[in-house]
Amino acid sequence: MDVVMLSRLQFAVTVFFHFIFVPLTLGLSVLLAVMETIYVRTGNEQYKRMAKFWGKLFLINFALGVVTGITLEFQFGTNWSNYSHSVGDIFGSILAIEATLAFFLESTFIAVWHFGWERVSKRVHCFAIWAVAVAGNLSAVWIIIANGWMQNPVGSEFVAGKAILTDFFAVIGNPFAWSQYFHTILAAWMLSGFFVLAISAWHLVRKNEVDFFNRSFKMASAWTLALALLLAVHGHGHGMTVAKYQPTKLAAMESHWESASSAPMYLLTLPNEAKKENYFELLPVPGFLSFLAYGDFNAEVKGLKELAPLDFAEFQRKTGYDPAKPVAEMPDGSKLLRPMQPEEAMPPVLLTFLSFRLMVGLAGLFILLAALAWVWRDSIAERPGFARILLYAIPLPYIAIMAGWTVAEVGRQPWIVHKLMLTVQGISPVPDSSVALSLAAFIVIYGLLGVVDIYLLRRYAIKGPAA
Amino acid sequence: MSDILSHEILQNIWFFLWGLLWAIYFALDGFDLGMGTLLPFLAKNDTDRRIIFNAAGPFWDGNEVWLITAGGVTFAAFPLAYAVMFSALYAPLLILLFALIFRAVSFEFRNKIDHPQWRAVWDGFQFLGSFLPALLLGVAFANLFQGIPINEKGVYLGNIIKLLNPYGLLGGIFFVLMFAMHGALWLAIKSLAPMHDRALNAAAVIWPLLACVAVAFLLATAHYTPLYNNYLSAPVMMLIPILAVIALFAMRFLLKANLTGGAFAASAGFILLVTLFGVFGMYPALIPSSLSPEASITVGKAASSQLTLTIMLCVALVCVPVVIAYQAWVFSIFSHKVTEEELDSDHAY
Repeated sequence: MDVVMLSRLQFAVTVFFHFIFVPLTLGLSVLLAVMETIYVRTGNEQYKRMAKFWGKLFLINFALGVVTGITLEFQFGTNWSNYSHSVGDIFGSILAIEATLAFFLESTFIAVWHFGWERVSKRVHCFAIWAVAVAGNLSAVWIIIANGWMQNPVGSEFVAGKAILTDFFAVIGNPFAWSQYFHTILAAWMLSGFFVLAISAWHLVRKNEVDFFNRSFKMASAWTLALALLLAVHGHGHGMTVAKYQPTKLAAMESHWESASSAPMYLLTLPNEAKKENYFELLPVPGFLSFLAYGDFNAEVKGLKELAPLDFAEFQRKTGYDPAKPVAEMPDGSKLLRPMQPEEAMPPVLLTFLSFRLMVGLAGLFILLAALAWVWRDSIAERPGFARILLYAIPLPYIAIMAGWTVAEVGRQPWIVHKLMLTVQGISPVPDSSVALSLAAFIVIYGLLGVVDIYLLRRYAIKGPAA
Repeated sequence: MSDILSHEILQNIWFFLWGLLWAIYFALDGFDLGMGTLLPFLAKNDTDRRIIFNAAGPFWDGNEVWLITAGGVTFAAFPLAYAVMFSALYAPLLILLFALIFRAVSFEFRNKIDHPQWRAVWDGFQFLGSFLPALLLGVAFANLFQGIPINEKGVYLGNIIKLLNPYGLLGGIFFVLMFAMHGALWLAIKSLAPMHDRALNAAAVIWPLLACVAVAFLLATAHYTPLYNNYLSAPVMMLIPILAVIALFAMRFLLKANLTGGAFAASAGFILLVTLFGVFGMYPALIPSSLSPEASITVGKAASSQLTLTIMLCVALVCVPVVIAYQAWVFSIFSHKVTEEELDSDHAY
């Protein structure tokens, strides 16, 4: 493997690992804030205990989220220095604003909340968890505005290979970014709901702290069902946003090779990337792909074979791309050449397609599970089978979120900045061996820390609020 | 709006703020990195160790965000400097990162299981995760002061061993001692006897070492780096190193007078001034090249557009005072000493 593939893999490993911890932080912080607000309003001690118990799990999860986030901020410089140099004017400033506006708030007030139970008044303490919840979700706004700019680079122009900011408000008002933000947030909040449901159900079946876990379960069941439904509605809207701004990605998601009007959606199909066609196309739903993409059963949906060369032509016209020019000069004096042809300018179709199907399939399952949890919210203690299903379902929202980000990031390839910069052009001039070594270190260290963290979460979840 | 300040003035403002951010980061995180470094030397039993962990408890995370912000501002205001610095210092930076990761989780994990071996593991990581960043930051900044081997394309032609040159190592030792002193003073503020007395003794032992190394570093700087050129061309700036030396002696004086809080403030001032001394000496370079002056990454070469620098300045002027206000409030809430009673509460580390 060369430095490009190793750096991509390292980014994938570190960003996915980071994102194991982020969604629960985003959603559970809001639930904690709601619990503590109820406690402050009603004086019911049970809600204080709820905030404390779920808060302990929150903190174990939070620690790894913070430290793995630092890696990402550094990694743009260590492994993607050409990218950083080219886009720092926009991308860098968004990250800096994130730190100043959100991360400070979150890290400072989490301390007030963690250590302040006896040090500040009830109201100030409750304010602290709201500050953490708002700051975390605000942090996500800036990070996704940064990512959204890579997906749909607005408010800027490329001059001599460098992106220059022209309209700050266009960057922060980027419609693609906001659609992606709500998609991410709804999913993260829903994941937190399933987390609370599963642990509560486990205890309820065992008749531990029945009142405590009943309240937790009921609160989470309404929350999770509402979010699962909202997510489905919003997901359709997000699909249309992708169709509008990134038709090539949409075509890859659906493995749609040839342009067609009134395009059907095949319930069963599988892309054959080598031949640029599908192995088989079964169970068509007529016009449904046209409807999903453009809200119109007769609309034309362009195929990958037409879109990819168009994208590339636009890229060449805008940036004057010269395939003979090396993408980086390495420390040993060699030049890294990665010439690209127009017909290669499409994302890995199989991975994008499968990730998308997995995400959508799981989303359907989430609605079913959340609906059952809500219907059975008063009788969960008598349903050990369903409680067990909820427990084993804990990883599923995580998997769905990973699959969703795979669609967003792999589906954007070969671009690092959509139709303006190739991923290979973003690389750092660092020896292969350094990246191979750091990648191995990340895998080992993150693996170990992940195991310890999950072990502690499990241990404290089982212990329950009494401990 | 973006024309109120010229691009050049904005670049210089951001260079100053860039240096100031690093200085604030060192002055804040310095005390908890220092305490972590002193952990094996000052703690005799589990209670002692927990006092040290909890003396850093509510602060270390907020302190570390200054590092994130310093990194973010380098990225935003000087993208070329960020790109070259972080890729050139690939290996030391990743070691720093892993050290900080282990340190952060050691806070959260240590107290979760009551088993001596489990705790010993995280104590070890707390020490390494504090000592290594102090050392590496010192080595990295000393190397920046004397210049690193980058060519005109910004490609780094050295390796990690070359960073461990005499001046680089001296910088590393200097930072370790500076942070250890800072940590000892903080621990004295936050603890009761006997830990309080032990911390004060440690400060008294560290000070002469720190003074010797600090003087050696200031002299070596004249020999190994061109930093003093800026000071000779604008003698009024000599106030910075002079004030640093005054802060160093004030530390000793205040410590003897039993004014621990004052000594801590002097220590913070010392760290701020030392950092600013180095950074201002580098101006206009953010990363001087040791190969040729033309290859140095300068403010003019690395800066972002006028619009970006203006927006960033607006954000900084509005937000940073607010950040400082609420962080100061948190310091005041948790300025009390760590007591036995507090260690018994279920949320202590």
